[in-house]
Amino acid sequence: MKITISALVENKPGVLTRISGLFARRAFNIDSLTAGPTENPEISRMTIVATQAAHPLEQIEKQLHKLVNVIRVTEMDPDNSVGRELMLIKVHAPPNKRIEIFDIVNTFRGKVIDVSRSTLVAEVTGDTDKLRAFQELMVNYGIVEVARTGKVALSRGR
Amino acid sequence: MKINGAAALIKQLEAEGVTVVFGYPGGAVLPIYDAILDSSIRHVLVRHEQGASHMADGYARVSGKVGVCLATSGPGATNLVTGIANAHMDSIPMVAITGNVPSYNIGTDAFQEADIYGITMPIVKHSYLVKDVEEIPQAVHQAFHIAGTGRPGPVLVDIPSDILKAATVYKAPDGPNLEGYKPTVEGHPRQIKAALKAVRAAKRPIVYSGGGVLRSGAAPELTEFANRLNIPVTTTVMGLGAFPEDDPKSLGMLGMHGTSYANWAITRADLIMAIGVRFDDRVTGRKDTFGSQATIVHIDIDPAEIDKNVPVKIPIVGDVKSVLRQLLAELDEEPIDENRDEWFEAIGKIREKYPLDYDDNGELKPQTAIRLVKKHAAKDVIVAVDVGQHQMWTAQYFGFHSPDRMLSSSGLGTMGFGMPAAIGAQFAAPDRQVVCISGDGSIQMCIQELAVARTNDLPVKIFVINNGYLGMVRQWQEMMYSRRYSEVSLPPDAPPDFVKLAEAYGIRGERLTSVEQMDRALPGILADKGPVFIDVRVTEEENVTPMVKPGGSVSEQVEDEV
Repeated sequence: MKITISALVENKPGVLTRISGLFARRAFNIDSLTAGPTENPEISRMTIVATQAAHPLEQIEKQLHKLVNVIRVTEMDPDNSVGRELMLIKVHAPPNKRIEIFDIVNTFRGKVIDVSRSTLVAEVTGDTDKLRAFQELMVNYGIVEVARTGKVALSRGR
Repeated sequence: MKINGAAALIKQLEAEGVTVVFGYPGGAVLPIYDAILDSSIRHVLVRHEQGASHMADGYARVSGKVGVCLATSGPGATNLVTGIANAHMDSIPMVAITGNVPSYNIGTDAFQEADIYGITMPIVKHSYLVKDVEEIPQAVHQAFHIAGTGRPGPVLVDIPSDILKAATVYKAPDGPNLEGYKPTVEGHPRQIKAALKAVRAAKRPIVYSGGGVLRSGAAPELTEFANRLNIPVTTTVMGLGAFPEDDPKSLGMLGMHGTSYANWAITRADLIMAIGVRFDDRVTGRKDTFGSQATIVHIDIDPAEIDKNVPVKIPIVGDVKSVLRQLLAELDEEPIDENRDEWFEAIGKIREKYPLDYDDNGELKPQTAIRLVKKHAAKDVIVAVDVGQHQMWTAQYFGFHSPDRMLSSSGLGTMGFGMPAAIGAQFAAPDRQVVCISGDGSIQMCIQELAVARTNDLPVKIFVINNGYLGMVRQWQEMMYSRRYSEVSLPPDAPPDFVKLAEAYGIRGERLTSVEQMDRALPGILADKGPVFIDVRVTEEENVTPMVKPGGSVSEQVEDEV
């Protein structure tokens, strides 16, 4: 089962290593991990998507909380949070296919941000399912490269 | 006034109340060793950095203060690793200070460079790599605060040598200022009430207590709690001495080599009060069957221990001493008065039928040797053990009636821990009798620290329970590998000759080979003002019993025998 954890951490060297090391030691696989500063430059937010293995989620949350540099840990409830991921995708786009691809990108509310003679790069934002659907459509044209940011998330309301 | 980083470090150590540091000099820590000459702090020169880490550990266990060890970069730092891991597993407050190569050389594979900050990350409570001389006092202050509060543990402070040499003006830290670190001390009142409600409903309650009780200084509260509720108490090896073992309510140790009546009782209990424990596999055996008939109340300061190994019904997160006081205060309001005659009688029957005993046939058996040490030692003797059969026999047969006297590497199981821990203990309690009970395997893993006992005139008495084997491994090979002994033989007459070895260190060496001789010699040995090393030649193939096989259920030990 995939879970999304949001952690507020002190923006100090070694924090990322401590957190990733902890996940490895406690047998959780990290699917994606993003980190960036918050409104307070001394505090970063990490969004971790992980696959639950041997231990229950509560255990990993508590272990995370034990780290001195970790200020707050919350599990993101899918019904009560918003999550987004950004994907850059480079596909084969010979002139006779370009319009088709542009249409699909528009349908997914993405943007074409680079076009060359034989390829183009599109930028699409959304939740994981949306990005997967878009990527599947691009397979037909031939994907050259994909870069994804991993998910960032915030809880709704409050 | 401008001073250098090393002097600021020493100043901060003094401010933390440090009076003794165990360490070994080297290139990267030269500035610290220069600054320490002008300090009131006593430095104990070890012979190997691993010894320094175990001494700091033993010192912390007995004094209740944070133990400090110091080493240079590279191999000096990596030699501390075993001791840091040991302190981490047993939750011992320790600050390990290491020098590192100059910051401009970090990452260049410089001479004696090791990424000790990275290497120790999984085995520390927290760590610092100080990159600015101004940060030294604050980092050290935070390190002591983190090591000594909450669930104690080791903290590493790694400082590059150019930072130690850089000029600074010492500025005292204005508090730890740690936003992400706030241990819970008081238990939640609702949980306190829920726990007592469960006790009221219980017919067959038992207290299972551990190292957390000793670390929080809660032995008196635990004893009062058990006495007022009239509940039997079993302890882990880390918890020995938290409850007097000569009290009829004491069931001794539980688990793999626990008493059959402790394991029987915890299997039959309908309420387990787990206090300052972590449901280690050596205690629980098969986890799915452990305490399956019981409501479990778990008191621990570390929320991550709750539900980690065994699901519990009533968790109370908080400092054991505070929580026990809260429970006692509630009991003042509404006492529980139960005689529990039936429960004690049932346990008594098992105890009578399967007492903790061995076949004492008059030979010098290891258990007998340990009982003889007990017979002649001071009442408040501190006992540091190593790891193996002698450790379990000491846990079973010594009988600890008061806290902070049994020093054992219980979580990591570090052979070589005993003698340096005894030395650290002697520095913490110079006027008390300290003995080390070790084995012929373990003692050789840190033997070089005999030099520290000699040069500091420490009256530690080191007993080597010499059975000519790596006994615990031999026992497992006997029981689980059809007696196919593989690399476990250390024949008594093979090198080294322990008596000659002791003498080479300037230490009195004795060899004891019979019960009568040992009984006669011990008063003189224990009264000696200096260190004594005693080679106790015991019978060779004695096993530690009773035993729950690894992965087995603690109830099976009992069922096999009942």
